[in-house]
Amino acid sequence: MVEEVSPSDPGGAPLIAANYTYSSITDRIASIVLTRPTTLGWLAGFALSCLLLITLLGAVSYLLLRGVGIWGVNIPIAWGFAIVNFVWWIGIGHAGTLISSILLLLRQQWRTSINRFAEAMTLFAVACAGLFPLLHLGRPWFFYWLVPYPNTMGLWPQFRSPLVWDVFAVGTYLTVSFVFWFVGLIPDLATLRDRATHRWPKIVYGILAMGWRGSAIHWRRYESAYLLLAGLATPLVVSVHTVVSFDFSVGIVPGWHSTIFPPYFVAGAIYSGFAMVATLAIPIRAVYHLQDFITMRHLQNMAKIMLATGMIVAYGYMMELFMAWFSGSLYEAYTMKNRMTGPYAILYWGLILTNILIPQALWFRRVRASVPALFAISLSVNIGMWLERFIIVVTSLHRDFMPSVWRMYSPTIWDWATFAGSIGLFFFLLFLFIRFLPMISISEMRQILPGSHVRSES
Amino acid sequence: MDSKVPRNPSFDLAAIRSRLASENGPRFWRSLEELADSAIFTEYLRHEYPRQASALAEAPDRRQFLRLMAASLALAGIPACSSAPPEKIVPYVIQPENLVPGKPQYFATAMPHTGYGIGLIATSTMGRPTKIDGNPDHPASLGATDIFAQASVLDLYDPDRSKAVTRDGRVSTFDAFLRALSAELESARTNDGAKIRILTETVTSPVLASQIRTVLQKFPKAQWISYEPVSDDNLRAGSQLAFGGYFDTQYRFDKADVILSLDSDFLSAGPARIRITREFSQRRSVTADTSMNRLYVAEPAMTITGAMADHRFPMRRSDIGNIARAVAQRCGVQGIAMPVGAWPWLEAVVADLKRHAGTSLVIAGPSQSPDVHALIHSVNHQLNNTGVTVLQTDPVEENPGDQRASLQSLCEQMRSGSVDVLLILGGNPVYTAPADFDFASGMDKVRFRMHLGLYDDETSQRCHWHIPEAHYLESWGDVRAYDGTASIIQPLINPLYGGKSAAELVSAALGNTLQSGYDITREYWRQQTGDSRFETIWRQAVQKGVVPDTTFQMRTPKLLSNVQIGNPSPPSNEMENVFCPDPTVFDGRFANNGWLQELPKPLSRLTWDNAAGISPRTAESHHLGNGDVIEIDSGGRKLEVPIWISPGHADDSVTLYLGYGRRRAGRVGNDLGTNAYSIRTSNAPWTAAASVRKTGKRWPLASTQLHQSMEDRDNVRTATVAAYSRDSKTVSEKRPAVSKDLSLYPKRGAGDYAWGMSIDLNTCVGCNACVVACQAENNIPIVGKSEVLRGREMHWLRIDTYFRGEPDGPEAFFQPVPCMHCENAPCELVCPVAATTHSSEGLNEMTYNRCVGTRYCSNNCPYKVRRFNFFQYSSYGESTLELLANPEVSVRSRGVMEKCTYCVQRINAAHIEAEKQDRPIRDGEVKTACQVACPANAIVFGDVQNPGSDVARLKAEARNYGLLEELNTRPRTTYLARLSNRNPEIPAEGHHG
Repeated sequence: MVEEVSPSDPGGAPLIAANYTYSSITDRIASIVLTRPTTLGWLAGFALSCLLLITLLGAVSYLLLRGVGIWGVNIPIAWGFAIVNFVWWIGIGHAGTLISSILLLLRQQWRTSINRFAEAMTLFAVACAGLFPLLHLGRPWFFYWLVPYPNTMGLWPQFRSPLVWDVFAVGTYLTVSFVFWFVGLIPDLATLRDRATHRWPKIVYGILAMGWRGSAIHWRRYESAYLLLAGLATPLVVSVHTVVSFDFSVGIVPGWHSTIFPPYFVAGAIYSGFAMVATLAIPIRAVYHLQDFITMRHLQNMAKIMLATGMIVAYGYMMELFMAWFSGSLYEAYTMKNRMTGPYAILYWGLILTNILIPQALWFRRVRASVPALFAISLSVNIGMWLERFIIVVTSLHRDFMPSVWRMYSPTIWDWATFAGSIGLFFFLLFLFIRFLPMISISEMRQILPGSHVRSES
Repeated sequence: MDSKVPRNPSFDLAAIRSRLASENGPRFWRSLEELADSAIFTEYLRHEYPRQASALAEAPDRRQFLRLMAASLALAGIPACSSAPPEKIVPYVIQPENLVPGKPQYFATAMPHTGYGIGLIATSTMGRPTKIDGNPDHPASLGATDIFAQASVLDLYDPDRSKAVTRDGRVSTFDAFLRALSAELESARTNDGAKIRILTETVTSPVLASQIRTVLQKFPKAQWISYEPVSDDNLRAGSQLAFGGYFDTQYRFDKADVILSLDSDFLSAGPARIRITREFSQRRSVTADTSMNRLYVAEPAMTITGAMADHRFPMRRSDIGNIARAVAQRCGVQGIAMPVGAWPWLEAVVADLKRHAGTSLVIAGPSQSPDVHALIHSVNHQLNNTGVTVLQTDPVEENPGDQRASLQSLCEQMRSGSVDVLLILGGNPVYTAPADFDFASGMDKVRFRMHLGLYDDETSQRCHWHIPEAHYLESWGDVRAYDGTASIIQPLINPLYGGKSAAELVSAALGNTLQSGYDITREYWRQQTGDSRFETIWRQAVQKGVVPDTTFQMRTPKLLSNVQIGNPSPPSNEMENVFCPDPTVFDGRFANNGWLQELPKPLSRLTWDNAAGISPRTAESHHLGNGDVIEIDSGGRKLEVPIWISPGHADDSVTLYLGYGRRRAGRVGNDLGTNAYSIRTSNAPWTAAASVRKTGKRWPLASTQLHQSMEDRDNVRTATVAAYSRDSKTVSEKRPAVSKDLSLYPKRGAGDYAWGMSIDLNTCVGCNACVVACQAENNIPIVGKSEVLRGREMHWLRIDTYFRGEPDGPEAFFQPVPCMHCENAPCELVCPVAATTHSSEGLNEMTYNRCVGTRYCSNNCPYKVRRFNFFQYSSYGESTLELLANPEVSVRSRGVMEKCTYCVQRINAAHIEAEKQDRPIRDGEVKTACQVACPANAIVFGDVQNPGSDVARLKAEARNYGLLEELNTRPRTTYLARLSNRNPEIPAEGHHG
């Protein structure tokens, strides 16, 4: 006898609208890639992101030509937009792994419809993030000196420096995220190969599918590999941003030198990652009519995670303030006072507003159920998290120990161009992804259909 | 017309007339071709001046210019290479004695500045002077230098120096000039040269003076006029009033216990400033057997002297005369009209002076009236200081007199057409002459005008002939110091641009056979010393840098009994403007010197501009902020100038700094700041009534220190002498001690040496000499105003300036900040590529080649002493700066971090020397560039491990403290706390006069 098992959590809203079958799911998702014509909206969005990408290329070329002086950095604010953007993008890149691995291990099946593009988003965000530390070097062409490699000079990186740890952390994260994402794609690539009608898609998807035939052995190996990768990726969710936070907390700069940074950064990263997933998922689901797959349940779950991590971040802010007072350190106390009342106070209060106060609306069920409200709040968090990094990097440096060297930081047009350009790169990759790869996992969606899980009783 | 000009018969006369009609005012034109602006003329110009034509046509911005300067230095290098006398262009088959390739040589020479000499030791590397240091045997130097001497080597290589003799702006030859001049002189014989005028700066050079006197003998009716825009006219007139003749006054600050300065910036002005700084700072130290002196200063704008004062009284310059009268009256000087005004501190100051009669010193600045100077002479006499702390000699100047009056009469004569030949030997009178003289238009009436100068400047532009002047490092000559001691100026290089010295020019003009400066100088001194002793004396003079037995004898002139002192002007609240020479570009002569332009002015820390100083209260009442442009109206002459709110400035007073607003200084100095000379008139050269109006415009000002409050931190630790003598721990007790072993990392083993530095904040006067010395020694680039505005100045050593107390009358503190060379250096831990590491001798070292430029080290440096090459600031890879650059120090490329190295190249040189002799490095053998330059001996460097070293002894003093030592960085550079010797009878408040 065969009995159906409900794939969804007990009592939860459905994860997929009713009336879907295996083939209709496949049709629905694959058609976006294979059969539906390229829409005008896609073209416009892609053109816009190309424009921004060209801006990035221009800004980077000029940077390499002239030097990092085209940016607003100076002494004492030797790190500016580049590091702010790096940390921001890395933070955004956290949701993917979290959704893919941790939620997989925790058997949270609601992750299924958002994991694919969350992973893609992670990859693209990490790619954007990775640009900045390279570009911000005085001599970017020697970036590989941070990597331990055998060389005739017998020189190694200086392993006590958090920047070297960064290379490992970000490098590992990028590799594992990519492998995880690609392995997850293989069954779907095979589906696309099989459904493709033209020659080139057949060939390309065929190569990428790596000979997937969907046999039981394939599936068995696939499942165990996927699970193992999830296990491997799980510690990375914590490690990457912990290491990134070391860039600051290992330094002795007041406002950086704090033990709360690792947990507070990780929570912030997940916070911003989910905000970015929501920011992207909401318009995509509307444009491609995927409300049946990315349901209100998904959005509400993300809202709850944002609320939880946002509270951790708020706790972090409060602890920073408390410790500045409690430590009795003149410099720490001044840094906090300066953030709240100094020349950048407006940004600090902007941060509190966008990152702490506005998201409190998520306590209300009505807000969580409102798509526009969720979209607005996720945008607010994206801005807030960027401000947070700006506050940490700039306001700590601009007035530290010696009043004689206090200065202001103001970004130049090239700072903005590079930042906007990195957003361009992100969307450029994202648009390509949406157009050429299934943005929702077909195979996993099929698995959450009622009837996909059978248990034999004998 | 020059035969080189291509023939172009087809002048378009109509076009010329229409062009002339469209010009406003008289216009100089060189030829009809130019006037027609014909293509052929343009072509000719391009052919004749290829560099100017291409470079200046594009009007480079300052950043481009800095590159251009590098490139043009490359061009400069070509004549430099070819400037060796032809007979020596042979490879060294036999090594010249004492010349080891790569080893620097040292030569004694002297730099004339406003006429007076500073004895120097110049470092020559393979035939090119690269570094200037003081000559310990010279009385005006005592081994130290000032910013001008340090920066003068950059002037030598300045690509904007004039490079050719020009006639009416076109290249000519020196011979052609001599022919033209001799024709003029020939015709002048008929009237004994009645229409010949020679205009010089202040001259103390015996050689030049004797030559000019020869001219005057030949042409008895010719006249010699000396003019310095920052002149000592008032000093001379005061001496005339008091003694009935010209005498120079010298001061012995080492013997003075109590000093009252009335508007005298004796630490940075005057020909003895370096020596005075040394003597003054000696008396700032507190040891068992010396007591600290006490300094009172009354002045309008805070100077470094005022910043060193134990009591400073901000006061309008025109009110200071009243103080002089009041002091004189209370000291028993007879016949003075009652001064108006009440000063609560005056009685205490006078009582202090009287208590220390014989060891006190009253000094007035050159901007105070002759009356004040005469009074001061009487006061010092009454206090028995004369002969002890105040001494008189005959004037060192060769042509003493009222410079302003003689320039005025020259202008009148020129205008009336009674001058036919005007020979300007140095100086830039068109730019510096008082505005009411209208020197330029007077000069235009002179038939034959010649200008000898380092630059093709405002004056040479209006002269028929311009002769490039030889820099002092490329010409023979002589000069006297403030006390009359003569020095031989030895060149270190042949003239780069074929320049002539004034003596050479006059000699040639006289038709003398002796043409070279070397022969002229030798011949003069041979006559002075006699043939028999000459060679010995000459050898000694060029070796030591001082001609023996030339110091002037002290004179004891009698004070006149009937000194007529004018009535005081009552103190008022009228707005006045006061003029001061700029602290870094002086009277404008250093306008094209990038080192001095980018050198932060003491106190304001401004660069590249001459903002007007104004008191916080006056700024408030006029609703002004830093960078607001005001219009100053002084007797109908108007000037727009941005202001800088200067703590400690007198109210109702605006300080204008001379030396800016140059139009033809060169590409570095053109069009910077505003020209204060344009409203400076002969009857008010130092102080003028003025009105001030806010214009609403703003001007960006590039200061290197935007925050001058210590914010309750104790970067500069201070104490009063009284508190310090009661308990010497008073400066060190403020912070909890940090355990020496508090580190996660294993302890480093001790090296052979442990280099460290001690900086005495009590003696440091903030003169900036160390900063320029560091720049010269370590090939530190300049970055330009826009980069300074962005906070990217490159100085490895900066002087932090803090104010404390009321903005109206604050205390000011200087703190030189080089790299601290922390034993637990925060920068080293965070560098990902190990580009900054610790040496076994405790140096925090930078490996430029390894640096990738993450700038993490700078973020983690609590002292922010690291400097980053945000752009390619140094002209790396071009053959140009190789001339000026110190070959021992790498020139850094774009994208790498750099910072103070404790002059590691000097340490290594000492290592090599010591190892060759198989001995340890001796204490004092390694001296850093900043240490050598320091006139106050405030910087001491050495091995802190060696308990007998000077630096270890200083670090054992109770005043010793480490900056931010609570961070456990364990800095090797430490400071000695600043002490103040306040008069307990003067209450702390009530500074305000």
